[in-house]
Amino acid sequence: MTTKAAPSAWRDPVALLAAPAVIYLLVVYAFPLLWLFMKSLTGPAGPTIQPYISFLSDPFNWRVVGNTLRVAAWVTVVCFLIGYPAAFALARAGAVLQIVMLVSIILPLSVGAVVKAFAWQIVLRRDGIVSQTLVGLGLWDEPQRLLFTETGLVLGAANIFLPFMILPIYSVVKLIDPRLSEAGATLGATPLYRFTHVTLPLTLPGIVSGVAFVFSMSVSMFVIPSLLIGDRFQTLSTLTGRSFLLMRNEQLGSTTAVILLVLAVSIVVGSTWLARRIGGRST
Amino acid sequence: MTVLERVSQYVVWFIAGFTVIFLMTPLIVTIAVSFGSSTVFTLPPPDWSLRWYERLAGMRGLVPALLVSLQIAAVSTAVALVLGTLCAIALVRGRFPGRETISTFLVSPLMLPGLVIGIAMLQGFKTMGLRDVYASLLVAHVVITLPYVVRTVVGALSLFDFSLIDAARTLGCSYPTALTRVLVPALAPAFLTSGMFAFLASMDNYPISMFFTDAWTKTLPIQMLQYVEERPDPTIAAISAGLVLLAIVALVIGDRLVGLRKLADF
Repeated sequence: MTTKAAPSAWRDPVALLAAPAVIYLLVVYAFPLLWLFMKSLTGPAGPTIQPYISFLSDPFNWRVVGNTLRVAAWVTVVCFLIGYPAAFALARAGAVLQIVMLVSIILPLSVGAVVKAFAWQIVLRRDGIVSQTLVGLGLWDEPQRLLFTETGLVLGAANIFLPFMILPIYSVVKLIDPRLSEAGATLGATPLYRFTHVTLPLTLPGIVSGVAFVFSMSVSMFVIPSLLIGDRFQTLSTLTGRSFLLMRNEQLGSTTAVILLVLAVSIVVGSTWLARRIGGRST
Repeated sequence: MTVLERVSQYVVWFIAGFTVIFLMTPLIVTIAVSFGSSTVFTLPPPDWSLRWYERLAGMRGLVPALLVSLQIAAVSTAVALVLGTLCAIALVRGRFPGRETISTFLVSPLMLPGLVIGIAMLQGFKTMGLRDVYASLLVAHVVITLPYVVRTVVGALSLFDFSLIDAARTLGCSYPTALTRVLVPALAPAFLTSGMFAFLASMDNYPISMFFTDAWTKTLPIQMLQYVEERPDPTIAAISAGLVLLAIVALVIGDRLVGLRKLADF
């Protein structure tokens, strides 16, 4: 069976099958994004970065950027602290426990953010489960309300994004041969040395991708902060939504939207670059 | 079993248990509240009742929003399956430059902030003269569903042995028959799982939909958030419990078709 050799790479007729999807996305998705970006850099009299200068000269906006990055960083840290050991537990668990864990990771992924954020509104109340548990354990003297606090927001968001930390790390952990660590032990390495010199480097690609997922989703989350912390605490995302839907201030909204876009794209590009570097080194 | 092994076993159980409880908390709380009789989200509920489910029928705007969401999700998933499969075939079978770039581009809507995509689309559609709410929602939701289809079908196609189609043709099938009787059945699990997740993603989408709804045409998440803001009561938990049930059904089907472990592949 001889396959027809394409005379030129560009004339491969199979390529035409990609055209509808690509053209569709170009027209309704890529061009609008590009246009938003260009328009934010165009003033009445030609190219300008004035909107960004005036945005950044307002200390309130710096607080908004600070809120966004701080909350995203905390969410990522919490997700990592729970997700890293959880990925190992998932890889090392017995058959039944593994299925229970997989279900509890995948099922919440198929449920929308509105549903889960609403549930966290109930969980974080003064008489909610978290408060009751902490009082029950003797960690808190009296019930406290976590709803509409930054801690509550971080906790709820970390819960919602946790699967995106566990799954990429799990995908590398399950490939690690447990004998590697045993070999290290045979050669006299301490558990800590084995972890930092064998396990951690091997799981680094998974960590990079999990951290990138969780951080970028936390930066751009909108429904979760609207429900868990309210209007008094603004992030780039909620400010963008507000300026379009409530304040009808498209100028401000476009500026913050582009800042968000640039943040998200640089996280994706940066993590891809980092993953490639790590991958290149370990092979 | 050495002491160290036993200890590490307990540690695994502890972490696994904590993770499962933590992740399932929102879903279990939602379901528990929806079957409780209390109006104020007391947990555990003082008494069980179905009153919140009975009240669903009287919720203004619920059924229309549900219908809009189901229609938009179904149609946009169908369109995405067609566009996405064609494109996946080109990406796997084609030998043209830029395939890597195209596949990243097609999956990119999953990685960018939905809110920003929504704003860009809102302004783009305005410029293009697309003002109809229903049509805008549909066009926007294809962008949400397409990445799921492309990602999964590309994966399935790269495992497919295309010489099977040639074999079918040698055995006397016409090219279209060979495609429908060999390629389509082989890809069916990929169609079903990607279609399901695309459907759920469309049903659950908030940040993009919110720019395209008006007072008459709302999707379910938009309507739900409005209920939450106006008058939060366990009726919302009852709607949520319905959506959780939908997710459970999807998960069971997904498990039967490709297995849980495949679903967890990232």
